[in-house]
Amino acid sequence: MHLNCVVNGEPRQVDNVWPGESLLYTLRERMGLPGSKNACEQGECGSCTVYLDEVPVCACLVPAGQAQGRRVRTVEGLAEATQLDPVQRAFLEAGAVQCGFCTPGLIITVHDLLRRNPRPTDEDIREALAGNLCRCTGYEKILDAVRLAAAESEVR
Amino acid sequence: MEFLAPTTWQDALAAKAEYPDAVPVAGGTDVMVGINSGRLRPSALLDLGRVTDLTDWGLDGGYLRLGAAVPYRRIIEELKDKAPGLGMAARTVGSPQIRNRGTIGGNLGTGSPAGDCHPPLLVCDAVIELASVRGVRRIPVTEFFLGPKRTAVAPDELIAAVLVPPADGPQQFAKVGTRNAMVIAVCSFALALTPERGWVRAAIGSAGPVPTRAYTAEQFLTEALQQDGFASRSGRGDVALPESVVRRFGELVAAAASPIDDVRGTAAYRRHALSVLAQRTLRWAWESYRGRGDRCT
Ligand SMILES: Cc1cc2nc3c(=O)[nH]c(=O)nc-3n(C[C@H](O)[C@H](O)[C@H](O)COP(=O)(O)OP(=O)(O)OC[C@H]3O[C@@H](n4cnc5c(N)ncnc54)[C@H](O)[C@@H]3O)c2cc1C
Ligand code: FES
Ligand code: FES
Repeated sequence: MHLNCVVNGEPRQVDNVWPGESLLYTLRERMGLPGSKNACEQGECGSCTVYLDEVPVCACLVPAGQAQGRRVRTVEGLAEATQLDPVQRAFLEAGAVQCGFCTPGLIITVHDLLRRNPRPTDEDIREALAGNLCRCTGYEKILDAVRLAAAESEVR
Repeated sequence: MEFLAPTTWQDALAAKAEYPDAVPVAGGTDVMVGINSGRLRPSALLDLGRVTDLTDWGLDGGYLRLGAAVPYRRIIEELKDKAPGLGMAARTVGSPQIRNRGTIGGNLGTGSPAGDCHPPLLVCDAVIELASVRGVRRIPVTEFFLGPKRTAVAPDELIAAVLVPPADGPQQFAKVGTRNAMVIAVCSFALALTPERGWVRAAIGSAGPVPTRAYTAEQFLTEALQQDGFASRSGRGDVALPESVVRRFGELVAAAASPIDDVRGTAAYRRHALSVLAQRTLRWAWESYRGRGDRCT
């Protein structure tokens, strides 16, 4: 099966996609975009979160064929040239990254939260991040990063 | 495996008739879990994501009509006033990412005893519209669930829509799980008070082979409210529900369940929790009925 879609602003075509394949697999194994992480393949951890037509989804649960003709944005697509996205900068500054496995998914989720709700309360943040698991940080630094990003930036 | 991607409803129905073994996929949040784990290897996937008839909601006669592929996010954002019980249940599903993709039709299609849409659909007398190249049929949601993960959908059929009568009284939904997000219900409960018509509906999820109405509890509460509450409408602001009624309602709900012991909880715990949920949601629903007339909250 062929797949045509726009990934991080670039039209991409890949061939020999297995019909049961997840978008996550296609991104990582066929498109050279390993930013989105594969941890559970069951929708439980959120480390594979990407934008599909600007809606955050678990890429592991999207059949690749459903991305035909659609726009996908991954963590690789947030920075502009060498300028990191404000959410990425906030994660670095706040020390919200330890092993980093959960980080790409969290960055997309937080990016989306701040686009919809630039001044989230702690409760808003907790609810928005409920689908992203982190085994390292204990979440406090992640909450700090979200507050920092909200305070410092107008997120695109 | 084939990937069928019809763009019209007619083509989708034709594809299902031609490939009855094809597994429909809407949000993929159940189907892809099965495929990723190797448990599910269908001969074909039938993508419903491009069929716009399925992704919209609107009014249909006296019903609110939800296309089968309306996702939880839209139910929460757009329908929580029109279908409050369903809106509450949708908010408890999975995580934001799951709610962005998971659909009401997929919840029905999976037919899990723990599906969170099911109890609210049971208490509002929802109707499920099924379609095939043979035609369209509508069945009451009470006839939809045949067993654990077995439903009334025939091999050549697709779920077209869910028809929900507009709420005409307070509705509630509550579920027990280990955290506030990302939990399959240990047990769940939905309640609808319909003061205009003088009756009550109660339904139980995740505590039996299929989600089910609690008929004896409904009948008891309907009679109790006709005596004490609904009947004296003008003075209802003063009518508190007798504790004995609330307690008995909880007991009858617990008795209506047929739970099992499993990894998520024991049968005894489920019964106990259901009685608590039933009493709690009844108090909430009654407060909103007393406080704000017949409007739903
Ligand atoms: C991490 C996670 C958390 C979850 N949490 C919850 C939860 O809290 N509560 C809950 O109830 N569920 C939960 N689920 C299960 C799932 O998200 C829901 O059942 C959801 O409603 C499925 O919808 P979908 O569109 O993604 O279904 P899909 O996976 O696309 O399909 C599900 C089933 O329905 C069939 N189907 C879909 N559409 C149709 C149609 N139009 N006609 C006929 N058959 C159809 C499919 O063939 C398949 O058998 C969770 C899942 C995950 C992965
Ligand atoms: S890998 Fe997709 S949610 Fe865990
Ligand atoms: S930093 Fe290791 S999982 Fe979050």
